[in-house]
Amino acid sequence: MATVELTDLVTQYPNGVRGVDGVDLAIADGEFFALLGPSGCGKTTLLRTLAGLEGATEGRVRIGERDVTALEPGERDVAMVFQDYALFPHMTVSENIAYPLRIQKVARGEREERARESADPLSLGALLERRPAQLSGGQQQRVALARAIACHPQVFLFDEPLSNLDARLRLEARTFLKQLQRRLGVTTVFVTHDQAEALAMSDRMAVMEAGRIRQVGTPREVFQRPASLFVANFIGATPMNLLEGAVRGGRIDLGGVSVPLPAGHSGLGDGERVVWGVRPEYVATAGDGVPADEVVEGEVSAVENLGVTVLVTVAVGGRDGEEGVEVRAVLPEDDEPEVGARLRLHPQTARVLLYRADDDGALVEP
Amino acid sequence: MPSTSPAAERDVAGLGRARALGFVAPALVVIGVFLVFPAVWTLYLGLLDYSLTGAGAQAPTFVGLGNYTEALGDPAFTRSLGLTLVYVGGSAVLGQNVLGFALAWRLRGAGKVVRSGLTVLVLLAWILPGSVVAFLWQALLDRRGGTLNALLGTTDQAWVLDHPMWVIVVFNIWRGTAFSMLLYTAALSSVPRSHLEVARMSGASGWQQLRDVVLPTVRRHVLTNTLLITLWTFNDFSPYLLTGGGPNGASEILPVYVYREAIIGGHLGYGSAISLLLLLANLVIAVFYLRVLRGRTEAT
Repeated sequence: MATVELTDLVTQYPNGVRGVDGVDLAIADGEFFALLGPSGCGKTTLLRTLAGLEGATEGRVRIGERDVTALEPGERDVAMVFQDYALFPHMTVSENIAYPLRIQKVARGEREERARESADPLSLGALLERRPAQLSGGQQQRVALARAIACHPQVFLFDEPLSNLDARLRLEARTFLKQLQRRLGVTTVFVTHDQAEALAMSDRMAVMEAGRIRQVGTPREVFQRPASLFVANFIGATPMNLLEGAVRGGRIDLGGVSVPLPAGHSGLGDGERVVWGVRPEYVATAGDGVPADEVVEGEVSAVENLGVTVLVTVAVGGRDGEEGVEVRAVLPEDDEPEVGARLRLHPQTARVLLYRADDDGALVEP
Repeated sequence: MPSTSPAAERDVAGLGRARALGFVAPALVVIGVFLVFPAVWTLYLGLLDYSLTGAGAQAPTFVGLGNYTEALGDPAFTRSLGLTLVYVGGSAVLGQNVLGFALAWRLRGAGKVVRSGLTVLVLLAWILPGSVVAFLWQALLDRRGGTLNALLGTTDQAWVLDHPMWVIVVFNIWRGTAFSMLLYTAALSSVPRSHLEVARMSGASGWQQLRDVVLPTVRRHVLTNTLLITLWTFNDFSPYLLTGGGPNGASEILPVYVYREAIIGGHLGYGSAISLLLLLANLVIAVFYLRVLRGRTEAT
């Protein structure tokens, strides 16, 4: 059990590409921490640098009280579960689980004992003499987990641990992993490109882009208040409404439609360019009691079924040759409108976020 | 699926027996004429006292197993067999195998320039005609003005005369390592990177990674490669171009022995009998490797 601390970490590949480009991060003892980002954002490189499989070009990696930056992977007291599980096909399940112990020269009897100890809670007890090829994908994943558990490391590292499972099994494994991590209480860092996975499993998460961390926070913080346009775009099952406009007379003009300025933003000057953002989940149909100046009205251009909800795209404005904008809303299945119908939407002003309309796209704090 | 008759099950292509035979016939004829017939003919000649000149050439007589008993009783043959085992074991099973693997292993992480440069060099040794290579080695090992003597600063060292077996073993390693290296390069690329990384994360040394991850993964490649280079080396005649089997038979491996007996000595019947023994030895080796290969495969 230990904390993990990364300071000014840079990992540069021989071809000059910086996989990790200046990362500062502190992960608490026992925390379940997710590294999230699109492919090529450096999340796996960061994990591998933490493991010691990639050498850090600059900066330090500390695990607990120890500076492990210069240590070999085998000396860091961390265990990794790989995306493809990396089980040795020529060894039995028991031998696979005990392999790290064999390298540490633990006696055979104790090795088998510890393999059994970590296999039993994962329901692998009956499979110890099988070979990996005789196991299902889910069982193989549990063997890989058992191998990580058996060496009692200070930190677990999971590289896309669920991505090789089919959709149904993935949900089960998600719950299982979370319970397991809570029970063992071992600090865990896991990499995923699936934002739903990160939101569901982690205690805290970091969103990465181009080798840098864009936001660190609890899933709730990251979901409700994305710190930049990039994070806002990346997080969420349905794409966030992000419309560029300008502050005008205490409201925001989005081109053809104007919406109220959220509270606390009166400091913004007239004419300032901002990006107005609100999640489709926070946009509802406008009832009669809604003030007219908070309603956005337009024509339904697409309806997508999401199960118990529907994602409705509404074309707003666009009259008199002006280019209109599209606003998306997630509505209950009973409110499903017809394509082409007129629809009055009410974005919850309290949930609206404003971003700077520049390259960084930082959140405008009230 | 409806059940089909055994005959229809066997006739997967639906050609019928006659037409199917027609398609296979050309290949069978070629194999028959160039492989089966010479083998059978060798078997037949081995039972005669057939020779190039003299009475045996005019009217060869049937001697039964006489050639075989003569061969097995001939110290020259047993010595030649021993030399062949040393040659095959030293240059192929150990030399080419280990060096080829070591080169492939070392070149994994090497830069593109180093890798392709070395590959070209090693391949060059492999694709040059044997006679050319033999001439190059003559020039290298020559007693007077040889390159090796010049390099080592030794004078009047007759490498070929003093160490004929060393010479042909090193010669064959130099010449044949390319194949093993290429095969092992391909084999090593089939070792999943994550498997090596699991070993590294467990603290395994380079040697332990090799033992626990790499060798078990490429085991079948090792067996296949060893089988091929063993057979090739067993039948290799090119050492003759370098040492002529000498001095005084000190490097006379079996193919050279057969050549000396059958072509130079003119004892075609005797040579045929030895050839057949060679063939049998090849078969035994091949069956042994295939056995090991199959046994290991079923175990996994």
